[in-house]
Amino acid sequence: MNKIALVISAALMVATPLTSMATPDQDLKAFRKHFTDKFPKIPFSDFVNGVYAVDKASREQWEAFEEFPSYEPYIDKGKVLFDKKFANGKGFADCFPNYKKGIRQNYPYFDTAKDEIVTLEGSINKCLTDNGEEPYKLKKGKITYVGAYIAYLSRGKKFDIKVPNDLGAIKAYNRGKEHFYAKRGQLNMSCADCHYHYAGNHIRADVLSPALGHPTGFPVFRNKWSAKSASGDGMGTLHRRYGGCNKQVRAKPFKAQSDEYKALEYFETYMSNGLEVNGPSQRK
Amino acid sequence: MRLSAHYIKTTASVAAIIGCLGIFAPFSANADEASDIAAGKKLAFDRKKGNCLACHQIEGGDLAGNIGPPLVAMKARFPNFDSLRAQIYDARVKNPNTIMIPFGPHAVLSNKEIELVAKFIQTL
Ligand code: HEC
Ligand code: HEC
Repeated sequence: MNKIALVISAALMVATPLTSMATPDQDLKAFRKHFTDKFPKIPFSDFVNGVYAVDKASREQWEAFEEFPSYEPYIDKGKVLFDKKFANGKGFADCFPNYKKGIRQNYPYFDTAKDEIVTLEGSINKCLTDNGEEPYKLKKGKITYVGAYIAYLSRGKKFDIKVPNDLGAIKAYNRGKEHFYAKRGQLNMSCADCHYHYAGNHIRADVLSPALGHPTGFPVFRNKWSAKSASGDGMGTLHRRYGGCNKQVRAKPFKAQSDEYKALEYFETYMSNGLEVNGPSQRK
Repeated sequence: MRLSAHYIKTTASVAAIIGCLGIFAPFSANADEASDIAAGKKLAFDRKKGNCLACHQIEGGDLAGNIGPPLVAMKARFPNFDSLRAQIYDARVKNPNTIMIPFGPHAVLSNKEIELVAKFIQTL
């Protein structure tokens, strides 16, 4: 990074309220405490279950769904894709040598050499393109199958996202944090309005999930997405879901894997450190 | 935001008088008033318009949320019609970080529509 860019970004950081004051670690402690204080009866580990952690009424039906999960066939499809050799004879295992031990818990991470956030979906597609294959579409389909298989093998591992002491990393983290707290759209609401301040409240008939644990179960199979697809495939990535939430407040969604959503994912996943990987999951 | 606050202040005394009149109004409620209230109710319940039920319990509405307070006893809480209308127009004046939609400034509802919604809400 050249000098001018450094000065500008440093100035931006200073101009940003909230963000420049607290370190990511201080943020994390306050964030976690907000939810554990708000929901004193819910064990920390249960925040991986999204809205079902806080909504007793729908939990039972969801548990019944989870007994015969709709996402299961897509884990199998993911395994087939994962094990299939590319035209050059290599495969995903060459890109993800530790996949059997579980790797989902380390995504997204910040690559200081490239000065960018690396997501699991980004790495899946990079593996394809590095090996001369076509990349997958970003919100649904094969990218969610391979993602589901990788998440499945990582179940039970605890999220361990790092924000290295690096200007680019801190900028990326703050960008995600700002997106989370910023009002947007014609309806002027922030992620924090719904998933931090009013988590557990009803918005119409829906209960709002706590942001703590948001990314842990992704990719997810949603009944709503399934109903919209001709084949009944309800799988979607976290960024697909982000787009839906932006639309609800009449804001223009960003593209899946845009810098904006990668930063939001980086912030939300860092906030969820210490929780277990439980993807793929079932959602209504 | 400053403009609306000013607006509230300068109209407060006028509004107080209108508010008092409002107490006696039901006895002389004419057909226009009734149809305004009905139109306001429709706008308040319409998901694409006010969608007030997303956050408030309102008598006559199903599946209401509980993010905001139930809208009951409104004449007691807002004896002044203009301050009720101002609250619906832009809730940020009272609470800058409110989750409630700035219906007026963000053009989610027109001034006329806000007037109608306020008339309906005042009957609760
Ligand atoms: C107007 C309210 C509202 C806003 C604003 C909003 N969401 Fe949501 N969000 C919902 C509702 C309702 C659901 C479905 C129930 C649930 O899981 O919370 C949901 C679901 C989600 C989920 C899925 C959780 C899961 O376990 O499946 C994620 C992730 C999410 N939102 C993130 C965000 C982010 C990030 C933002 C800001 C860009 C945002 N939301 C803004 C209402 C909102
Ligand atoms: C997204 C949530 C949301 C929506 C939608 C919403 N409100 Fe509110 N409203 C609130 C909250 C929260 C409060 C509490 C005060 C605050 O935080 O600003 C409130 C406060 C109010 C109050 C003041 C109540 C009191 O006694 O102080 C009135 C009146 C009101 N809303 C009317 C409406 C009307 C009419 C609509 C629809 C046209 C509406 N609201 C839509 C969230 C909402």
